[in-house]
Amino acid sequence: MTYTFGLDTFGDRNSDADGRPLSHAQTIRNVVDEGVFAERAGADFFGIGEHHTEYFPMPAGDVALAAIAARTERIRLGSAVTVLSSDDPVRVFQRYSTLNAISGGRAEVILGRGSSIESFPLFGYDLADYEELFEEKAALFAELLKGGPVTWSGKTRPSLLHQDVVPHTESGPFPAWIGVGGNPQSVIRAARLGFSLALAIIGGPPARFAAYSELFRRALEKFGRPPLPVLVHSPGHVAATDEQAKAEFWPRWRDIISLVAPERGFAIPTEESFDEETGPHGALYVGSPETVARKIATNLDVLGATRFDLKYGLPGLTHDQLMTNIELYGRQVIPRVRELLSDSLVR
Amino acid sequence: MNEPGRLAVLGAGHVGPVIARLAIKAGYPVAIATSGDPEDIALIAELLIPGARPRWAGEAVADADVVALAIPLARFLEIDPGLLSGKLVVDVMNYWPASAGVLTAFEDGGSSEIVARRLSGSTVVKALNHIGYHELEDLARPAGVPGRRAAGVAGDDPAAVATIAALLDRIGYDPVCLDSLVAGRALEPGGPVFGAVLPRPEFERAVRSDARSLA
Repeated sequence: MTYTFGLDTFGDRNSDADGRPLSHAQTIRNVVDEGVFAERAGADFFGIGEHHTEYFPMPAGDVALAAIAARTERIRLGSAVTVLSSDDPVRVFQRYSTLNAISGGRAEVILGRGSSIESFPLFGYDLADYEELFEEKAALFAELLKGGPVTWSGKTRPSLLHQDVVPHTESGPFPAWIGVGGNPQSVIRAARLGFSLALAIIGGPPARFAAYSELFRRALEKFGRPPLPVLVHSPGHVAATDEQAKAEFWPRWRDIISLVAPERGFAIPTEESFDEETGPHGALYVGSPETVARKIATNLDVLGATRFDLKYGLPGLTHDQLMTNIELYGRQVIPRVRELLSDSLVR
Repeated sequence: MNEPGRLAVLGAGHVGPVIARLAIKAGYPVAIATSGDPEDIALIAELLIPGARPRWAGEAVADADVVALAIPLARFLEIDPGLLSGKLVVDVMNYWPASAGVLTAFEDGGSSEIVARRLSGSTVVKALNHIGYHELEDLARPAGVPGRRAAGVAGDDPAAVATIAALLDRIGYDPVCLDSLVAGRALEPGGPVFGAVLPRPEFERAVRSDARSLA
């Protein structure tokens, strides 16, 4: 079994060592440096999630990915996620097909809603139409990925008639995933349209998602499609020790979740709930390299997944803390997870 | 009537399967349906809700004593009220513009009151809307377990409220009854118990001190 390991960011706004927020521009330059460093540290994938907020100033991640592509050679680069419902599938395809060209075939996309809803009012879409927007646009994106002239009609964008959409890819479709948060009908849709499955697990016991992997496999069979991979995306933070990682992460986690809780319906985190989520049965990968590696290996095994993407960073952490996280993840966590999985030490 | 009997869950998204699983575990016969062909959710039922029967919505409702509505409110507006006529309906839905967009039909008053007006031939009870779908399953406990959490049930029909209170108790929560849908506004997004899964004494205190139920 081949496992791959990624790092995802939302462009979480950095602070300096004294806790003062850095500018959006400096945060974005730091993200580019983090992506370049992720390759040197040993990560297989670097992903940027689309957001449009003061604390996640990252609406055009593909531009930052292109800058990273120009300074790297091996690491795969993609969105995590692209908010497809409030974008134009043709433009998304063109941007990532361009990234694929620049990077020599290293582009990927994860399509979904993510935790981001602020793009809907920004671009004039109604959240109440979310389902129809995503269904239509994902279906069109699947057509675009095949290459060749596209004929399509629907309610959410102008029709296409034998439309050649450029740039063409050099070697077929680039990898494309649909991000799913817990709606089983979204799992069925990913299988029906032929996308790989990205499970976003940001709270509660990851093991409960095992049924979703099985649902995906069975749905692919039902639709007569070949097997496709499952990835797990979860937040976390790696530092030298469990205590240091938790001390750095907890106040930032409390602040950001409290900020978005009213909109998202999250409970306000308590130290007790944080201990639960960072413990062996929670969704947060916060701790020393050994702690985080064991948790990743266990959950990849339980979930039948072959890729793990750690969403690193939070608004208010420093660039240095993020670079340490990336270094420990690449140089210690990833090799240790591979070792644990190859020896089946997790069972 | 303290035994609600057969349950039909409308909706196979985040919430519907969780309610269906809890109900099956508690011994209820459960059917699950969406607006489409039951074949589309056959795998979901088989793998995620063993024991639930996927059916066409009309058939599931016709045979049910209680119908749980677990669909997006925007989709609710497309439902023919006649489908649910004569049924005891548990409204699990929430009006939550920040998360799901503005719906003009729900801008004034409690969402379950508006649902009840649209479903004038049904008896509507508000319940299971204020606990996140992750927690709903994780925090369910048998009666009598220390620290068991509370779940609210609100409605204008006391017998219907009692029926759903019994259901909440059997699936794992201490029921707290509110005697009108207006009082049930306390269970809505932005209210004192939305997303906060509390034991009964704290739940009752939070709801009683909330002003929105007096609106």
